[in-house]
Amino acid sequence: MTDINETRLPGVGTLHDFVCQSGERIGVISHHAGRREIVLYDADDPDRVSECTSMTPDEAHVLADLLGGTSVTERLHDLRQEIAGLAIDWLPISPQSAYAGKTIADTALRTRTGVTIVALVRGDQPIPAPGPDADLFADDTAVVVGTAAGIDAAARLLSAPAT
Amino acid sequence: MILAAPTGAATLLTELGAILVALALLGRLAARFGISSIPLYLLAGLAVGNGGVVELVTAQDFIETGAQIGVILLLLLLGLEYTGDELTAALRHHSPAGAVDLVLNFTPGLVLGLILGWDIRAALLLGGITYISSSGIIARVLTDLGNTGNRETPVVLAVLVTEDLVMALYLPLMAGLLIGGDAFDIGVEIAVAVTAVVVALGLAIKFGNRISAIVFNRSDENLLLSLLGLALLVAGIAERLQASAAVGAFLVGIALNGPAERAARNVLGPLRDLFAAMFFAFFGLQINPADLPPTLAVALALAVVTAATKLATGWWSARQAGIDWPGRLRAGATLVARGEFSIVIAGIAVADGIEADLGPLAAAYVLTLAICGPLLARAADPLARRINTRDKRARAAT
Repeated sequence: MTDINETRLPGVGTLHDFVCQSGERIGVISHHAGRREIVLYDADDPDRVSECTSMTPDEAHVLADLLGGTSVTERLHDLRQEIAGLAIDWLPISPQSAYAGKTIADTALRTRTGVTIVALVRGDQPIPAPGPDADLFADDTAVVVGTAAGIDAAARLLSAPAT
Repeated sequence: MILAAPTGAATLLTELGAILVALALLGRLAARFGISSIPLYLLAGLAVGNGGVVELVTAQDFIETGAQIGVILLLLLLGLEYTGDELTAALRHHSPAGAVDLVLNFTPGLVLGLILGWDIRAALLLGGITYISSSGIIARVLTDLGNTGNRETPVVLAVLVTEDLVMALYLPLMAGLLIGGDAFDIGVEIAVAVTAVVVALGLAIKFGNRISAIVFNRSDENLLLSLLGLALLVAGIAERLQASAAVGAFLVGIALNGPAERAARNVLGPLRDLFAAMFFAFFGLQINPADLPPTLAVALALAVVTAATKLATGWWSARQAGIDWPGRLRAGATLVARGEFSIVIAGIAVADGIEADLGPLAAAYVLTLAICGPLLARAADPLARRINTRDKRARAAT
């Protein structure tokens, strides 16, 4: 799983960036107004953007589809809404995750992070209100509710590779 | 005039129309040269004001009211840019940078005011003018140069956020000081104003969601009326509490978020552009161009010193964030631009009439840095790269 950095840009939006296997750093700026910018960083000066392309939300959707992304992850930014301190988020179960193939009870998610899995999405099939003995499979998406900090912890927990 | 003698209305409309057309032409000129339109609007105001090339007869009152609305809209939309979370996060992580910024950039103005033998309050206003960078110009520069994604940009933005927060306390403080009276009265006045701002800020952050839900309406027309009405109301109340109308509007902007915020930006953006242009022109209008040349040397010296202190601020803050020297240089150069908020502060001084030289000095100062700031930001990157390649060649040679 690639490490993605998230940086808040007050008044602008959010910047997500990561280093590709080729060593190049690439980032996406999600503007508050919905515009997306794709930025590539300079090899000589890694703090500096050397190329950037601005896209309307529609164009960004098209690009995401072309890259084979699901619209779930791509809309993460909008979907993660906070309701009076409560956040809802979509967490993918990666094939490398230690919990792929385990049950919800095995994760002890609620005890460890205070976050509850309220639904699973498997392929196109939603599984609402899964019980503690429900299985988590690779490529499932867990719909979770909790505090923002709890969800960050849950995301780390669920994506941690098996040791 | 065969049809009718020129009535007041006819003169008002033609004057107003002529001014707006002139501002539009200047805006195009600014865009062509890639500079901010703010300094040109100022110059336009200088040209038509007291002692200018042509003098306005009737439009002045309307422009004055428009200018007041312009300040409120400027601050309202600035507040809209930020969510409560962003403000608290910036305070938590970037207060050292904010403190360095305040000390380095407030001091030159304050000291110059004292050297010139001004009233301490006038000196404090000049400190505010040199302290605050222009969020508007800097946002434009970041986009134009494609620097938004740079790793030093969060540092630049954090400095701007802390400045805007400081401004929310500074404006009511100055308003209290300017009313005057004995020390006790001023103390009470300021305590009331600052408490009001802090409480309102807390409420805005805590209940922003609920307020936004109430204000939001699917009809743009209704939304425009609700938002503008709310902002003017709160601004009026804030002014009554001596907490400065602009700060009231800023707090309304912070309270709004979610769909209401996005819609607000769309419907209020054009309105802001119109009235803010009037505001810049009005500031120029109040100043007699003949007063400018004597202040020019001092203004330029102040501009050079405070460009250097902003460079140092950006350099230091970026270094704290682990940015390499080219990024530090860019961060510093980007922060140099002063603009709308320096004029907001200078406008307070002119309206109060506390120091006759402050207006012209501030005008010359902002004109200089609103033009030179973006140019400096543009030059930072090529400069850094040239030094970089020279370094590399030197290293290759050894």
